[in-house]
Amino acid sequence: MDFWNNLLFGYYPYIAGTVFLVGSLVRFDMSQYTWKTGSSQLLDSGPRFRRASNWFHVGFILLFFGHLIGLLMPHSWYPYFGLTVESKQILAMTAGGVFGLAILGGGGVLLHRRLTDPRVRAQSTRMDVFILVLLYVQLILGLLTIPVSAAHLNGAEMIALSDWAQRIVTFRPGAAAFVAHVPWVYKVHLFLGLTVFLVFPFTRLVHIWSAPIWYLGRRYQIVRTRG
Amino acid sequence: MSHFLDRLLFFRKVKGEFAGGHGQTTREDRAWEEAYRQRWQHDKVVRSTHGVNCTGSCSWKIYVKDGLVTWETQQTDYPRTRPDLPNHEPRGCPRGASYSWYLYSANRLKHPMVRARLLRLWREARAANADPVAAWASIVEDPAKAREYKARRGLGGLVRAGWEEVNEIIAAANVYTAKRYGPDRIIGFSPIPAMSMVSYAAGSRYLSLIGGVCLSFYDWYCDLPPSSPMTWGEQTDVPESADWYNAKFIMMWGSNVPQTRTPDAHFMTEARYNGTKIVVCSPDYAEATKFADLWLSPKQGTDAALAMALGHVVLKEFHVERPTPYFVDYCRRYTDMPMLVELEPGGPGGLTPGRYLRASDLDGACGQNGHADWKTLACAEADDRIVAPQGSIGFRWDKSGRWNLEERDGTSGEEVRLRLSLIGAHDKVAEVAFPYFGGVAHEFFSANGASPEILLRKVPARRVRLADGREVLAATVFDLLVAHYGVDRGLDDPGTAKTYEDDMPYTPAWQEPITGVKAADVIRVAREFADNAARTEGRSMVILGAGLNHWYHMDMNYRGIINLLMMCGCIGQSGGGWAHYVGQEKLRPQAGWLPVAFALDWVRPPRQMNGTSFFYAHTDQWRYEKLKVDEILSPLADPQRWQGSLIDFNVRAERMGWLPSAPQLDRNPLEVVRAARAAGRDPKEYVVEQLRAGTLRMACEDPDHPDNFPRNLFVWRSNLLGSSGKGHEYFLKHFLGTSDGVQGRDLGEDGAQRPTEVVWREPAPEGKLDLLVTIDFRMSTTCLYSDIVLPTATWYEKDDLNTSDMHPFIHPLSEAVDPAWESRSDWEIFKGIAAAFSRAAEGHLGLEEDIVAVPLLHDTPAELAQPKDVRDWKKGECDPIPGRTMPGFAVVERDYPATYRRFVSVGPLLDKLGNAVKGVSWETAGEIQGLGELNGRHAAGEGVEGRPRMETAIQAAETILSLAPETNGEVAVKAWAALERVTGREHAHLAAPKRDTRIRFRDIQAQPRKIITAPTWSGIESEEVCYNAGWTNVHERIPWRTLTGRQQFYQDHEWMRAFGEGFAQYRPPVNTRTWQNIAERRPNGNREIVLNWITPHQKWGIHSTYSDNLLMLTLSRGGPIVWISEVDARKAGIVDNDWIEVFNVNGAVVARAVVSQRVREGMAMMYHAQERIVNTPGSEITGARGGIHNSVTRAVVKPTHMIGGYAQQSYGFNYYGTVGSNRDEFVVVRKMARVDWLEGDDTSILSQGYTR
Repeated sequence: MDFWNNLLFGYYPYIAGTVFLVGSLVRFDMSQYTWKTGSSQLLDSGPRFRRASNWFHVGFILLFFGHLIGLLMPHSWYPYFGLTVESKQILAMTAGGVFGLAILGGGGVLLHRRLTDPRVRAQSTRMDVFILVLLYVQLILGLLTIPVSAAHLNGAEMIALSDWAQRIVTFRPGAAAFVAHVPWVYKVHLFLGLTVFLVFPFTRLVHIWSAPIWYLGRRYQIVRTRG
Repeated sequence: MSHFLDRLLFFRKVKGEFAGGHGQTTREDRAWEEAYRQRWQHDKVVRSTHGVNCTGSCSWKIYVKDGLVTWETQQTDYPRTRPDLPNHEPRGCPRGASYSWYLYSANRLKHPMVRARLLRLWREARAANADPVAAWASIVEDPAKAREYKARRGLGGLVRAGWEEVNEIIAAANVYTAKRYGPDRIIGFSPIPAMSMVSYAAGSRYLSLIGGVCLSFYDWYCDLPPSSPMTWGEQTDVPESADWYNAKFIMMWGSNVPQTRTPDAHFMTEARYNGTKIVVCSPDYAEATKFADLWLSPKQGTDAALAMALGHVVLKEFHVERPTPYFVDYCRRYTDMPMLVELEPGGPGGLTPGRYLRASDLDGACGQNGHADWKTLACAEADDRIVAPQGSIGFRWDKSGRWNLEERDGTSGEEVRLRLSLIGAHDKVAEVAFPYFGGVAHEFFSANGASPEILLRKVPARRVRLADGREVLAATVFDLLVAHYGVDRGLDDPGTAKTYEDDMPYTPAWQEPITGVKAADVIRVAREFADNAARTEGRSMVILGAGLNHWYHMDMNYRGIINLLMMCGCIGQSGGGWAHYVGQEKLRPQAGWLPVAFALDWVRPPRQMNGTSFFYAHTDQWRYEKLKVDEILSPLADPQRWQGSLIDFNVRAERMGWLPSAPQLDRNPLEVVRAARAAGRDPKEYVVEQLRAGTLRMACEDPDHPDNFPRNLFVWRSNLLGSSGKGHEYFLKHFLGTSDGVQGRDLGEDGAQRPTEVVWREPAPEGKLDLLVTIDFRMSTTCLYSDIVLPTATWYEKDDLNTSDMHPFIHPLSEAVDPAWESRSDWEIFKGIAAAFSRAAEGHLGLEEDIVAVPLLHDTPAELAQPKDVRDWKKGECDPIPGRTMPGFAVVERDYPATYRRFVSVGPLLDKLGNAVKGVSWETAGEIQGLGELNGRHAAGEGVEGRPRMETAIQAAETILSLAPETNGEVAVKAWAALERVTGREHAHLAAPKRDTRIRFRDIQAQPRKIITAPTWSGIESEEVCYNAGWTNVHERIPWRTLTGRQQFYQDHEWMRAFGEGFAQYRPPVNTRTWQNIAERRPNGNREIVLNWITPHQKWGIHSTYSDNLLMLTLSRGGPIVWISEVDARKAGIVDNDWIEVFNVNGAVVARAVVSQRVREGMAMMYHAQERIVNTPGSEITGARGGIHNSVTRAVVKPTHMIGGYAQQSYGFNYYGTVGSNRDEFVVVRKMARVDWLEGDDTSILSQGYTR
């Protein structure tokens, strides 16, 4: 059991992380024409789609940063934000629950659309469908952790998970041991989360790297010099 | 270098600012720009063009990248014009620009394909027979087997096969047919040689070598205006589009220049900038109307009435009241106006215009010994003596060297000025009867019945005593013409109009109820037209086209307009004239092409047939004929003398040698010669004797007898069934024997009167054709109905030649890339078939003698065969004399096993007999010598030792270019010298400066080349004037090739007069009655309306080509459409884009409705030849898939087009003959209740047995 725990939560994160970073780099450098969202908005852009897409994207952005901060913020900083371990867990459950429900609704519509709209379906690759299903399953697992967490409002498991995450990103040994005893639903959620990183460079998710925020402040005319 | 590393320089990329901070210079990677550069990079550019029937002949750059054609753009390197004239480019249109789509599209034919059922039968038969010919016989001689594959035509089920196998099937079928029925049962149809002459020549050369028949297309397409040969003795010769710029007054009449002459339309715009006045004449608001200063909108089909009224004004004001010196002089020299016409008994007044007086009519024949029957007479102005002026057709063949238009007496050679009008010098004012058709009733056209059907008019005449002792009255054509137009001469004639307001034929007021055009507009246009011509010496031009020429009485529309041009001296003058741009792309190097195309270097004469009569007879459209002869007969003719139905007239014409025949005799011509030889007789005498006895008959008298079926048909460069096949459903029923949409009943079922000259057989045959082979680059409608489909090279994959009448340049088609997949060029395909045929012939056909019937041909001495009256030898009215009262006969030796060897080499007959075109011949041994050096010669052992090679398409092109005066200066000089001997005038200056010019294939690949002036054509290539038809007739005094040698207002053949067309006049459309027994009989709950069926040329395609091209479908509505007016749509409850059905007894079409205010009430317009393979649902009427535009048409032939052996009215291939008109048709239109796509499901398709 140790072996599997170690493999999945000790080594797999590095494999996934490496593929994520190196893969993205290689794809960015070697295959610029595939670096795109692959948007299907041109094929079907009804109000239902636009609403669902916004719910989905906003929800994911907020969830992503929620996870990032929640997992990686050193525990010693909590008091500076007026948080205790317990209250932080409540905050995480509430925020995650709200954003998760937004995605559950928006993503559900998107998934339905992708599978049933003939035009969208026809131009979807298998990877497009796969990644959307993967994200949706991962979301459901995330939401399923909420009732489990609600049973342990002392924050111990949250601390264990963030310890695991902080050890992983700071390359300290023994990270896997922190999650050896968390309930299975967390483990599956962790595993799928890592898998999202693993497949990231091979999917349309690469567009996340290239959000065109600089466009907001660009000059009217940009002239590139020769050589 | 690395996109990622570049990103790391994010904060260093800004180099500076400009424009007050609105702009920024940055240091960023620019490698991505390569992608855009690559998008437009290519490996090479090759010059080619589109071999499509559009007269465009535009030079295009074909771009090739990685061995594939990527796109095409317009070439802009034409030789410059002179300084005061706009240049020719850019030439091209969106259709041509979309062509490269076809090359790699799903619709491209990639492999040879065979109907699966036929292939299975063939493989079984082949396994049982070592001999392919026996294998073929075992299939077609078994009615059940033949039926099995014929009935599946058009229902899918084509499968791939190898070239060797399909060539063997074709060869076996051809050998079997030639041996069993005769080689003239093997037919070929291919149109417009000018669009890719080598490809045309490939098939016609093969057919001509084996004795097969080539069908004409120009008449069948109804693009041939018979008025042109009638008036000028010329098929069609027209000004190039650049000459529009020289015109000062242009009428665009039934021709939609920007839509159908797109590459030339810029000259129209430039002419407008240059101050040219433009009048557009079209019933609908056509695209050309945007050019108009004035738009005249006559009701469709009534243009002749308008033309007659214009002529009335011009004659009255510019010839009678204030004669314009230029017009008078022109008409005297260059038209038949001064010629004398005998007034013969007829009509209530006792007299009617008869035939031209001839020298032989007079005692002493006016001093003429040779061909006095063919020398017309006129009156000298000075002393009123009757003379035979030079230039009439008798002088052409009498070796006197006086065939020219100098104003001289043909006997003494003295100068003589001819009298135009006898008024003042007349002996008597005769009352002459003219037929009038303007009062003929038609349900959908308004008649002007204010005048009786016979008009009496006063004509000044003089008495002439003839050699036979009779004293007759004679009048000049001018006097008759003026009387016919109803112009008052001061002869106190109540039959003529005193003012333009008189409702009397043919005044402007008279035409108003017929055409709907205001009389004031007619007067204004006529005055401006003539006034401009008078001031500029003929710079008034009429551009006219299919809108006028596709009517049954197209001659009247055309001759009405031609009269106007001749009256105003516009023909043969720069910036003036008759610009008929329909269908005929001018085959500039014709003289070089003819021997290659018809194998004249090996065997003469070839078998050629007029397409319309062929299809009319063999698709059994004659069995359904509703138009009776007495409906179109002149009220002056005796109906008892003109009995029979239309096909009877055609049979008589074939028998008298007027029209060609195919098949020719009711027996195999190879066997006929064999029988003659066995009897020790001369085959020609034997045939004549047997024909006279009735033991041998002409095949045309029994077209439904199985021995007389056309058995094999090759279709190449054509979409016969998807585009030009008038009476489409009759083709399907009788020719192909597959499911059809014919709704009506034939004359037998109707109990109507049947033809008398042809055998009526019951039941009507179905599936006459044993084998239909189509060669195309795309899966057209014709391919779908074929037994074998051969994939040909596209226009970017073959070497060929292309010319047009719209400009004087000769273009190449070039092999930019190899033919894709298994396709081959037409030249290679027919080489392959010829090789397979040569092998299959062994043991069946060896050295054979064939007897070929030849009609009385124009531009040969046979055009002088029947000078005065019409006699049918079959009725005992005269003796059957070959080449005189009946077709000529020639025995031709064919070496069948040598077919391939002959195909690929230039034969010896050119060295021996020389070359010729349009009656001018010259020796050409030097050119053959030169060709041997250029192309190389065949080595010993190849069976054709020492003959120049013609194995590749380029070698064939070089042969054409070397032999033609247009592309070889030496030949041009020889040709002009040959003509000089006939005209007695010097013409050499036209070509002498170009003597050293040789245009070769690689020259034209480098740049389009202007051709050399040749006697083939009546215009010249020069730095002073643009090409304009009739130029050499007027300026070089070369006669027109007509009876009088002049342009003819009058047609004096007995049949012309009997059908009331001696002079041009208005005749309403004929009544086809095709809607009468079907309208309101098969209700679907929606309202029905009856509309005139108008099928103009497309905006989104060139005939059917491009109509299945995705790019063009995207620009259009993506499938078949029919335009109707808002008024008619309202009546029928149709809104735009509704599915509608159009039907009559001929069949049914389904399409979407386009409801538009552009369209005139009463007409339905369907752009012709929209492929039925795209977006066509099922028909409620036929239950099958909706048809094409021709599903509701049927060809109706006209007797006056059958005339032959009579000067300019003599047969020539694509020159004269019956035409397939289709505009007089009416259809029932209604909204569809149920749109059924007939798709079925997977199981139903299998159960229908479509595939195997």
